[in-house]
Amino acid sequence: MREKILTYIEKNSRIDIAELALRVGADEQTVLNELEAMEHERVICGYHTLIDWDKVGVEKATALIEVRVTPQRGMGFDKVAERIYNYPEVNSIYLISGGFDFMVIIEGKSLREVAQFVSEKLAPMETVLSTKTNFILKKYKDYGTILAKPAKDERELMN
Amino acid sequence: MRNPLSSTIVNIKPSGIRKFFDIAAEMDDVISLGVGEPDFDTPWHVRDEGIYSLEKGRTSYTSNAGLKELKEEIAKFLKRRYELTYDPVKEMIVTVGGSEGIDICMRAMLDPGDEVLIPQPSYVSYEPCAILANGTPVIIELKAENEFRLTAEELEAAITPKTKLLVLPFPNNPTGAIMERKDLEAIAEVILKHDLYVLSDEIYSELTYTDNHVSICNLPGMQERTVLINGFSKSHSMTGWRLGYACGPEVIIKQMLKIHQFAIMCAPTTSQYAAVEAMRNGDEDVQEMKAEYNVRRKYLLKRFSEMGVDCFEALGAFYVFPCIKEFGMSSDDFATAMLKSKKVCVVPGTAFGDCGEGFLRISYAYTMENLKIAMDRFQEFVNELRENK
Repeated sequence: MREKILTYIEKNSRIDIAELALRVGADEQTVLNELEAMEHERVICGYHTLIDWDKVGVEKATALIEVRVTPQRGMGFDKVAERIYNYPEVNSIYLISGGFDFMVIIEGKSLREVAQFVSEKLAPMETVLSTKTNFILKKYKDYGTILAKPAKDERELMN
Repeated sequence: MRNPLSSTIVNIKPSGIRKFFDIAAEMDDVISLGVGEPDFDTPWHVRDEGIYSLEKGRTSYTSNAGLKELKEEIAKFLKRRYELTYDPVKEMIVTVGGSEGIDICMRAMLDPGDEVLIPQPSYVSYEPCAILANGTPVIIELKAENEFRLTAEELEAAITPKTKLLVLPFPNNPTGAIMERKDLEAIAEVILKHDLYVLSDEIYSELTYTDNHVSICNLPGMQERTVLINGFSKSHSMTGWRLGYACGPEVIIKQMLKIHQFAIMCAPTTSQYAAVEAMRNGDEDVQEMKAEYNVRRKYLLKRFSEMGVDCFEALGAFYVFPCIKEFGMSSDDFATAMLKSKKVCVVPGTAFGDCGEGFLRISYAYTMENLKIAMDRFQEFVNELRENK
């Protein structure tokens, strides 16, 4: 049942308990309890909202930064990651296989702000060997949702 | 000038749905629950395959009976989903939707005077197709107390020495009824006794919400006397692609193929290529869509139950068939009044047969959001009617 609940609420975080109960075939209290348990266990780590800021006219710049580090003695990757993610500007950080170590996603008010963060805070870190900053120019699909698509029902009224 | 028209055609009643549609189309902001096709787009990988076939210039006729590849995939599909074995070469035609399959089957099988048993309420095409094929339609009125399933008694009572063909439309549009194995076994006995043939329209077979769909062809002695119609419209959300298939005994398929050759040539080529992909890799998509339909189905049944409106538990297709007899209005009047006062459009049961009087067809091929709004308005309407009594 957990998986069923999670699969659904991953895309629909505005939870209607009655509907959810119907979907998973359980009663509402059981579903509520399960949700609470999962929040407690940090299986559910948060409920966020997917926003297209362009439509509001608010400028945001997002960068995907490839970071190469040299984990120092006693530091390891986890410690390095912690130092990076403590910055609130850092949206995400992943340990990646391949040609570099971390993928860091930074969101700021402008290109300049992000570039500034990289040059003043990220790149100078002791363990950081090199950074390569890629800016997002356009978001087509984010978190499984196609952003540009208008959902119009073009079917005939009756058939 | 002479009368240009065939009297047969002129005498066929126009579709009841059409009339209602014209009224609804005049209004703004109508929430329609009247649609008979899925709200999902055709899965992308299927569309992509269709597009690719066009890019590759695959725009010529296929062989009359359909792409060899597609028929082989259909045979595999029928085997893995329903344990049915058909020879893709001799026992199958790829048709322009299930609609063409129904039409050419009747035209291949009926002589003037042959009677065709048509259970109602059911899809609007069977009666006209029977007439156009020179057959005589004989209606069997199904009953709500039998959950709109066909019983052996009803079948027996309708048979005459002229009866040739029984149309079996399950899972059913508009009632959402299904025939389970025990129901099919009961009628199979009668069919065998009177040496009848069956046209089994199973277009909604993938949308069965209880155990897996059972085809009448699964029963002993039945496959050799049944033409099975199915397709991609409802299962794979490919209504506009116009693609279906007919499977049956070689001797019947051969004659159906003749008509198909002369009248149609072949089903759309692009659709056939797309359908190969649908058959090969589409099983999961179908299950996902079905799961979503099922949630909506349960939601509607729950709402009707809470409203105190009588609605039997539909277990197939994407329709529920609530009864509105308690309000003392005809289906037409109820539907028209609700359309005018609440801007919710449903189809009166009478569009599917006279015995649909007192019922409405509600489709759940809509998002939960839309269904919630529509059901809230339905509830308001029902409350108002009850208050004014």
